[in-house]
Amino acid sequence: MENHNHEAKANQNYLCNSLPEVLVLEPPPVFKFHGDQLSKRFHFLKAWESPLPLHQYLTIHSQSVQALLSSGRNPITSEIIQLLPSLGIIVTPSAGLNHIDLQECRRRQISIVTAGTLYSEDVADLAVGLLIDVFKKISTADRYVRHGLWASQPDYQFPLGSKLGGKQVGIVGLGSIGLNVAKRLEAFGCNILYNSRQKRPSIPYPYYSDVCDLAALCDVLIICCGLTDETRHMINKEVLLAMGKEGVIINVGRGPIIDEKEMVGCLVQGEIAGAGLDVFENEPCVPKELVQLDNVVLSPHKAVHSEETLMALCDLVVGNFEAFFSKKPLLTPLVDY
Amino acid sequence: MSESETQSNQSRNQQDLPVVLIHRLSIFNFSFSTRLQTHFTLVDPLLHSPEPDSIHSFLSRHATSVSALLCVGPSPITSQTLSLLPSLQIVVGTSAGIDHVDLIECRRRGIIVTNAGHAFSEDVADYALALLIDVLRRVSASDRFGRSGMWPKYGTYPVGSKLGGKRVGIVGLGSIGSEVAKRLVAFGCSIAYTSRKKNPAISYPFYANVCDLATNSDVLIVCCALTDETRHMINKDVMTALGKEGVIINVGRGSLIDEKELVQFLVQGELGGAGLDVFEKEPDVPKELFTLDNVVLSPHLAVLTPESFAALQEVILGNLMAFFTNKPLLSQVQLE
Repeated sequence: MENHNHEAKANQNYLCNSLPEVLVLEPPPVFKFHGDQLSKRFHFLKAWESPLPLHQYLTIHSQSVQALLSSGRNPITSEIIQLLPSLGIIVTPSAGLNHIDLQECRRRQISIVTAGTLYSEDVADLAVGLLIDVFKKISTADRYVRHGLWASQPDYQFPLGSKLGGKQVGIVGLGSIGLNVAKRLEAFGCNILYNSRQKRPSIPYPYYSDVCDLAALCDVLIICCGLTDETRHMINKEVLLAMGKEGVIINVGRGPIIDEKEMVGCLVQGEIAGAGLDVFENEPCVPKELVQLDNVVLSPHKAVHSEETLMALCDLVVGNFEAFFSKKPLLTPLVDY
Repeated sequence: MSESETQSNQSRNQQDLPVVLIHRLSIFNFSFSTRLQTHFTLVDPLLHSPEPDSIHSFLSRHATSVSALLCVGPSPITSQTLSLLPSLQIVVGTSAGIDHVDLIECRRRGIIVTNAGHAFSEDVADYALALLIDVLRRVSASDRFGRSGMWPKYGTYPVGSKLGGKRVGIVGLGSIGSEVAKRLVAFGCSIAYTSRKKNPAISYPFYANVCDLATNSDVLIVCCALTDETRHMINKDVMTALGKEGVIINVGRGSLIDEKELVQFLVQGELGGAGLDVFEKEPDVPKELFTLDNVVLSPHLAVLTPESFAALQEVILGNLMAFFTNKPLLSQVQLE
């Protein structure tokens, strides 16, 4: 019996050792849902499971590691990259790149693979879902019913919702996600305006190079852009006040694009009418003032989390790593970063 | 005010204004009387002084010559009430649904019934989409999660389901159903429908039988009117056909669904989820639903926006003015 177990373990080790190695510092959500499937194809070096500090772990274990699977959020700094002399590819299951030191990757000519536009529909769906929820108080109403208040307070007039049709919606960042949001909201009768790094000549929507000008004209701002040095705290007090007291802000980009402290202040003081937020400055922390508000809908950074998309993501991760290890062209490499 | 309104005002004085009887349960407020009072003399038993002993005694004394009745909200209009109004020719409703009116008696008497027409259709369609996105992507459930402080402890919230590619079956492709379909297409859903009759102008696949629709759908969105034929049309067979992953959204009337069966299916995990704005015995909601995370509950709010009320006022005013000037009505309901 003992021999059999020993043999089985040795077999397992042999199998693991013959699989290509991929370093993982912190597990991405796709790991949580499809880890078994991924582990059949690759031997994962799981840094987060080690008691060693990361610096030591990398020095000991990862000198020959060529591939890294990012969590999509935890920083991949130049220091980390420098401890991986053989690194040739980083696969990040995110659309955003703000967590990766791109300059260092460029210097070392490391290939980067992102989720590309895989998420765009799911994120757009959630952005619209958050907007309608804030406008029509769906989650507030659900709480009201679940607490038994509908039956026990027959005279209470639930506050009115707001119609979507005819509203001016400003999309900040008209990339793949922003365009998907626009397409959906047009079906609801909204009017679309946008702000982006550059005007897109093929797009018929009105363009505003200054996000404050956009805010002044809009009933709603939907943040769909990436986080960069330029966009950090781009939605500041001035922009929030320009939105006006009926203004609603939706963020499916990154928390730090909005000056969260100012936004919380504006919400608490009624300077804007409401917010739908999938991202926060210091996840997983949600400012406690927001928890008290009925005009805010909170989503724990799950815009991309649909079963179908996570399965497609798993295929993307596997496909790209396999291409890399067999020296074939990558499926979705980031070009010109 | 529109030109025709001003003209009709100038041609009448107070005493000549046509009389409109207001019929409402006391829990329903009537918020746009000011606008109507410039065109009509409004008779509201609940505001009458001295207070009447009963509505019925009031009607028999004061309302025998009334030709027009404005029914506020789902205040029931029974054959008994109608029998006290021998001169009644039109019932103007303020909702899309008119299942609270004794339609058989109206048809027998030749009484015209109008409803809210298209005033609410966009708002209800928006709401249906909101409920669907919420159920599939767990918006309210994860809002609860975010508020509870569980995010730092438990990490990410359970995964939802993508909208794109879902087969959505619309039950009742009228004004509301059409607006729902238009929105769903933008999310990449595919549409099929069931209705009293196939509409030759619509290219979506039609199923004469709601069970067949359910078999071929991932989601059912119930948007139709409540009649004797449609009562409990979403029954055990339909829910079984829809399947364990199936989602039902109801923005029609609670009784379109066999609520007792629905609760059983949801509690036992035989259905994927439900988004409900209406219930069989409002405001009572089956308590078993309160602990389910795959259900979104709403206290019959779909139409409650200032914009839809403004649109409703126009429809009501338009119908009453058309009636009294013998012009075509805006939203007459065909009584079958």
